Amino acid sequence: MSIWNFSCVLLGLLLAPLMPGLINRTKAFFAGRRGPPLLQTYFDLAKLLRKGAVYSRTTSWIFRLAPSVGLACVMIGLLLIPSGGLAAPLAFSGDLIVLAYLLGLMRFMTICAALDTGSSFEGMGASREAFFSALAEPALILGLATLARQANSFSLSGIFGGVVRAEWHLAGPALVLVAAALLIVFLAENARIPVDDPNTHLELTMIHEVMILDYSGPDLACVLYGASLKLWLLGTLLADIFLPLTGLTGLLQTACFLAVMFGVAVLTGVIESVMARLSLLKVPHLLIGATALSVLGFALMLRFAS
Amino acid sequence: MSAWADILFVFLILTTFGLLGSSRLASSIRICAFQGIATGLLGFACGTGFSVRMALVSIAVIGLKGFAFPRMLLRAMRESNTSREAQPFIGYVGSLFVGLLICFAACWAEAHLPPMAHVASRLVVPVAFGLLMAGLFLIVARKTAVNQVLGYLVLENGIYTFGFGVVREIPVLVELGVLMDVFVAVFVMGIAIYRINRTFDHIDSDQLTMLKG
Repeated sequence: MSIWNFSCVLLGLLLAPLMPGLINRTKAFFAGRRGPPLLQTYFDLAKLLRKGAVYSRTTSWIFRLAPSVGLACVMIGLLLIPSGGLAAPLAFSGDLIVLAYLLGLMRFMTICAALDTGSSFEGMGASREAFFSALAEPALILGLATLARQANSFSLSGIFGGVVRAEWHLAGPALVLVAAALLIVFLAENARIPVDDPNTHLELTMIHEVMILDYSGPDLACVLYGASLKLWLLGTLLADIFLPLTGLTGLLQTACFLAVMFGVAVLTGVIESVMARLSLLKVPHLLIGATALSVLGFALMLRFAS
Repeated sequence: MSAWADILFVFLILTTFGLLGSSRLASSIRICAFQGIATGLLGFACGTGFSVRMALVSIAVIGLKGFAFPRMLLRAMRESNTSREAQPFIGYVGSLFVGLLICFAACWAEAHLPPMAHVASRLVVPVAFGLLMAGLFLIVARKTAVNQVLGYLVLENGIYTFGFGVVREIPVLVELGVLMDVFVAVFVMGIAIYRINRTFDHIDSDQLTMLKG
């Protein structure tokens, strides 16, 4: 345990709002526009924090509690996940299940708050979110289980502590399948394009944006910051699988990790630029496909890893 | 060598799932074409060395399964004015689940077979069995004639994969003979699709069961 283990978490807290900016810039590049500045999310957060919050009279304490609980969940999650080949500050056996449930708790609070507003529009978004996340969760859990089985460790730090890299050539096929499944989960959980469009605000098909319509001021800042932290968190998970960094130390290692993270953001932007959003009825197909990939990876791992 | 073969095998599995989950006939045909090309490339990836015989068979397989058949099927599809399969016997999500079951069954079957001597990769037998069963399943579960032909092609890919991965030393005459058979079969099926379409204005083979002489 050294200062570097915490430095990656601090970097995450500081640089997470850069990720949406980078994605938007990539999309703007593909569309031939200049796009918003890279630091736009920081500006938004600063603006929102200076404003007051407005609460509807139909809402209760749940609505006010949800943003802070969500932010807390994702911050704890950030402590659990190893980044760039370093062990996480908080590592124990079974922390991958804690991570999945932290994300679940965050989602649960968002859904409860959306239902609390009493708006039928937000209720619709909440129901969709619950449906799709129930389909995405098995893919995530089974993917993590495959990695755990292969590394023989139930802790995220044990899984990604340099083991993945050694196993790429031994269990390559299973890892490719799991990485593909987790990429789909990453896009679905962060409400990115094949599942949800982060830009629409006036459509009956939106999912995540509709649930946070009633928030304003500091609460909305909490939600926005939580969303970028979630993007960073799941992005770290992807980066750990795709490009496990081992053997580097100090600043070089941090620089490599940041490069990989920004690579993930650019990849997301490219996916969003070249794909259209799936129709709402097709989304379950995609998520069940992701689960199928995870199950296949798990089966291959069970059969051939030993 | 084994790494390339493994990538091809994973690609074969992924394309099979793509076929099980896609409702558009055009994209199904394209996925099947990619699968055919991957099967053809197996000859280069699994082989012990380069030989004229293997290169000949592989190029023939890639040419037929990757380019000739898809073109023929796309034409049949265009002429029949059917762009998607609306109501298969087993829905697309259900098909994906069946695909998973097939994969498990294939792994189980591989574990219970006697060990084979010259297997090119650990994945050969499960993937070959999986393709065989998935092809049969596609033939049974889909109504559109084009999709049934695709199922037949997947089945054939499975047989070819098994042959290349396990037996290795098939005489070139047998190999080309099998290819010829497949070619004639797909040709005949293409004509059959055309005839069904011209007589009934659709290519839904399910309704042929109600014909009376």
